[in-house]
Amino acid sequence: MGLNELTIHELQDKIKKKEVTSTEIVTDVFKRIDAVEDRVRSFTTMMKEYAFEGAKKADSEIGKGNIRPLTGIPIALKDIMCTRGYRTTCGSHILHNFVPPYDGTVVKKLRDEGAVFVGKTNMDEFAMGSSTETSYFGVTRNPWDLERIPGGSSGGSAAALAADECIAATGSDTGGSIRQPAALCGVVGLKPTYGRVSRYGLVAFASSLDQIGPFTKDVEDSAIMLNAIAGYDPMESTSVPTEVPDYRSFIGKDIKGFTVGIPKEYFIEGIDAEVDAAVKRTIQVIEGLGAKCVAISLPHTQYCLAVYYIIAPAEASSNLARYDGVKYGYRSTDGRDLMEMYKKTRSQGFGPEVKRRIMIGTYALSSGYYDAYYKKASQVRTLIKRDFQEAFKTCDVILTPTTPTPAFKIGEKMDDPLQMYLSDIFTISTNLAGIPGISVPCGYTQGGLPIGVQFQAGHFQEGKLLQVAHAYEQHSGIERRRPKL
Amino acid sequence: MAYETVIGLEVHAQLLTDSKIFCGCSTKFGAGPNEHTCQICLGMPGVLPVLNRKVVEFTIRMGLATNCSINAYENFARKNYFYPDLPKGYQISQYAHPLAEHGHIDIVLNGGKKRIGITRIHMEEDAGKLIHDERNPWSYVDFNRTGVPLIEIVSEPDMRSPEEAGEYLRRLRDILVYLEICDGNMEEGSFRCDANVSIRPKGEAAFGTRAELKNMNSFRNVQRALEYEVKRQQYILESGGEVVQETRLWDDAQGQTHSMRSKEEAHDYRYFPDPDLVPIMISSEWIEEVRRALPELPLEKQDRFVAQYGIPVYDASVLTTTRALADFYEETVKLCGKPKIVSNWVMGDLLRYLNEQKRDIKESPVSPDHVAQMINLIEDGTISGKIAKEVFEEMYKSSKKPADIVKEKGLTQITDEGAVVGAIEEAMAKNPAQLAEYRAGKEKLFAFFVGQVMKLTKGKANPQLVNDLLKKMLSGS
Repeated sequence: MGLNELTIHELQDKIKKKEVTSTEIVTDVFKRIDAVEDRVRSFTTMMKEYAFEGAKKADSEIGKGNIRPLTGIPIALKDIMCTRGYRTTCGSHILHNFVPPYDGTVVKKLRDEGAVFVGKTNMDEFAMGSSTETSYFGVTRNPWDLERIPGGSSGGSAAALAADECIAATGSDTGGSIRQPAALCGVVGLKPTYGRVSRYGLVAFASSLDQIGPFTKDVEDSAIMLNAIAGYDPMESTSVPTEVPDYRSFIGKDIKGFTVGIPKEYFIEGIDAEVDAAVKRTIQVIEGLGAKCVAISLPHTQYCLAVYYIIAPAEASSNLARYDGVKYGYRSTDGRDLMEMYKKTRSQGFGPEVKRRIMIGTYALSSGYYDAYYKKASQVRTLIKRDFQEAFKTCDVILTPTTPTPAFKIGEKMDDPLQMYLSDIFTISTNLAGIPGISVPCGYTQGGLPIGVQFQAGHFQEGKLLQVAHAYEQHSGIERRRPKL
Repeated sequence: MAYETVIGLEVHAQLLTDSKIFCGCSTKFGAGPNEHTCQICLGMPGVLPVLNRKVVEFTIRMGLATNCSINAYENFARKNYFYPDLPKGYQISQYAHPLAEHGHIDIVLNGGKKRIGITRIHMEEDAGKLIHDERNPWSYVDFNRTGVPLIEIVSEPDMRSPEEAGEYLRRLRDILVYLEICDGNMEEGSFRCDANVSIRPKGEAAFGTRAELKNMNSFRNVQRALEYEVKRQQYILESGGEVVQETRLWDDAQGQTHSMRSKEEAHDYRYFPDPDLVPIMISSEWIEEVRRALPELPLEKQDRFVAQYGIPVYDASVLTTTRALADFYEETVKLCGKPKIVSNWVMGDLLRYLNEQKRDIKESPVSPDHVAQMINLIEDGTISGKIAKEVFEEMYKSSKKPADIVKEKGLTQITDEGAVVGAIEEAMAKNPAQLAEYRAGKEKLFAFFVGQVMKLTKGKANPQLVNDLLKKMLSGS
C-alpha cells in the first residue's frame, strides 16, 4: 500500500514516530498521479517541483521537532484559490494564464500549518456546474467509473482524493460544490458556516454563498483541516470573529441523546431508490447510537432552487464583470474598439454555462425586474433561514441525502441545465441559510457507486456536525473500498 | 414668456484620508502611474474590500455640518458598469441606504439668506484615470485614484439661478475645507460638480425636462455652463421645441454644452447590496462624539465676527473663507485689538501679496504677532501708516520683526517739531512760485507742499505734525 492511500492522522502518527518522511509521502503521491492522472484528469496545474521543495522543508522542520498539524501532508487546492506565482484559472479560458500576485488566506494558513501543495484541481468554470464538465480544461472523471462525472463544481478535488492523488484537498461550496462531489466520489466533504473560513483569495462566484471547505478521506481529517483553515480574517468583512474550538475534540464523542431532524421535504419523488435506502439505513445506525431521529418540516424547501438561481447568478453577473480583457487574463485581439474588445473577450473567454448565468443574473438585477426577482428572492431566503432556525431549536443536526442520485454519466445532463441544477437540490439550502453541512459516505449502489449522507447544523456548530458524522462513520458498518483504477 | 430656472447639483468630494476606502494604499496625489495600487484596488480575482473607518467619520462630519440626519443603518451597493478605469466592473457606492439625508445649508446672496436642501450624502470609491495617447491606437490607465474615498452630496433642485448655484457650490466647498475632510481643489478634481438644470414658465409648479451637465472643472465654468444651458433651453422652448432629457458635456473652449448621451442610452446600473460588505450600524454615541468635535462653520463664524469685532459683513465673509485665515485674523486681533485696522491689513496687503504668489495663508511669511507689532508701532506714533506699508512689504520679504526693520532702515517717524519746521522752510524756499500762488488763494497747492515735505523727510515726518505746521507757515502766520 502506498503512503498516498493513508489519512492525515495516520500519516501524522507515522511522521511523529519518524517512520516516514514528507518526501516519501510526496513521492508516493506523484507515483500515483503519474499512474492514474491521464485517466482521471483531476488537475489543471501540477506543482510537482514546489511539492518536493515543500516536502524537503517539511522534513527539515520535522527533524527539528517542529511538527504542525499538517506538516509534510500533500494537499491539492481547487483552482479557484489564489496561489502566488501559480496560475489560478477557475477552469476558465478567460483566466487560463492568470498568475495571482498574492496568496489567499486559506492557502497561507495551510502553508503555515505545514501543508505541501501538489497541484491545482479542475472545476466547473467559475464553480458553475455540478459535474466538472464546464471546465475549459476538459472533463474530470469519476475514479469509481471513468464514464461518469465526479460531481462539481469541485470535481477535481473530489476525484483527486478518491483516486489517492493527494491526502486531502480543498474545495469551495456555493450550492453544494463540496458536498455533492464528495458524495459522488465517496469521500468526506465539509462546507463550514458562512464567515467561518476566510474567502479572501477565493475567486468569487456568489459572494453571499461561497465558502471554502476541506475534502478528506475521513471525518477526523475533516476536523484537522477545519482547525487549520477556520478563523477570523481582518481582510474579509464578512468573516466572523467567533472563537474557533478545537474541532478534533469532537471526534470520538458519542451522540447519545442527540436529536436528529429528518425533514420530510428531502425525501421526495425522483430520489434514486438505492440512495433512499442507503440514507434510511443511516437513520437506523444513528438511532442505534442513542440519538433520537424525529420527522421535521422545512416548509420553504421547495423555493430553495428558485431562490438560489436568482441570487447566485445576480451576484455572479457582478463578480465576473472584472474579466473584461483590460488588466489580466484572456483578451481578444481582434476588437476594433473598446466595446468590441469587451464583447469579443467575454464572448470567447466564457463558456456557455457561465454566460447563461451572467445573463440570468443581469436580467434579475435590471431596473424594473429587481423587485420581482432579486428582492423577492432575498426575502424568501430569509424565510428559508428561519425554517432552519426553527428546526435547530429542537434538533442538534438535520440528516438528509446529499444528492438525489449517484454519479451520472458524462454528457447526460449537459444539454439540460434544469436537470443539472436539480442535482444540487439537497445541498443549496445550506448555503442560503449560511449554516454548515457535511457529506459522509453512507454506502454503495449495486453498481459500486458511492452514496453520501448529509448532516446540517446551526451556525458555527461544526463541532456537532463532526461529532455526529464521526460517530456514524465509526459505526456505519460500511467496508472501506477503493476505486479500481 | 418669463422662465424660471431650476438647478440641482451633485458634488463629488475626495476625502483627505491617508489611505483608500477599501484597502491600505496611499491616497497621495502625484505618484507615478499605478504606484499606489495593490491587488485589492486593482480588483484582482479573489480580493475583498474592508471599509476604512475614517471615511465614515468624515462623512458623518459633513452630514452633521449640513444639518442632515445620520442614518443608524446603512449599507454599500454595487453600481455596475463597464469602463477600463473601473477595475472590478462595478463601483462600490451607496444606494438605498445612504449615510446622511434630509439636510440643508444656507447661502448668502445680495445680502439675503437662502436655504438650499441637501437630499443625501453618500460614500463611494473613486475610479482610475485613462490617459489617451493621440499617437497610438491605445490608451493607458492609471489606477492610483481607484479606491480613493469620495462623498457625493446631492442637493434638492432649490437653486433658481446660476449665481445661486455658484454661491451654493462655494459655500459647500468652504464647509468641506473647514471640516478638513477635503481640499476643495476643483482644478485637480478633488472637488467635482455635475448639474441638473431645467427651466419652466414662471408660476408653473411642475419641473421642466432637465439636462445633466458634466465636465465643468472650475467654479467659473459651472456658472458659465449653467448660463449657456439656460439660454439654450429657453431658445428651444421659445422656438416651439421640446427639451430632451440627456447628459451634456461642457466644452470650455467653445463655451457650449454638447449632448453626450440620451435618456435611452443611459446605463442601467443594476444596483444591489454589496455582499462583500456588512451593513454599517452607527451608534448615537459615535455621532455625538463627531458632533462635539465639529469646528465652527464659515457662516457661523462670519456672523460672530460681525457681532464680536464690529467689522462689516463683507470683511467678515472674506476673513472666514478659510479656517486658517480666520484664525490668523483672530490671533492678530487678540494681540493688538483694533479689529477694523487688522481687517484692513489682512484683507488688503497680506492677501494681495499672498495671492500674487499663489500662496496659502498657512505659508504666510508674516505672522499674526508681527502684524500686531506693526499695528502697535503705528498706534504709538513710531511709524506713520504710509511708512507701515513699506515696513509690511519688508516684513513679508524677510520675515523680520517690524521694530528691527524700522530701526535698520531708520524709518522712525519724525515727531521733532524743529526738524519738521526745517523741512518746511526748505520746501518753501525751493518753491517760491508755488508759495506765491498758494498765498494768492490757490489752496489746492497745500497737498503739493505736504508732498515736498514728505519727500525731504523721506516720508518719515509725522503727517499730523506736518499738516499743522504747514498750515501755519504757508499762510505766513
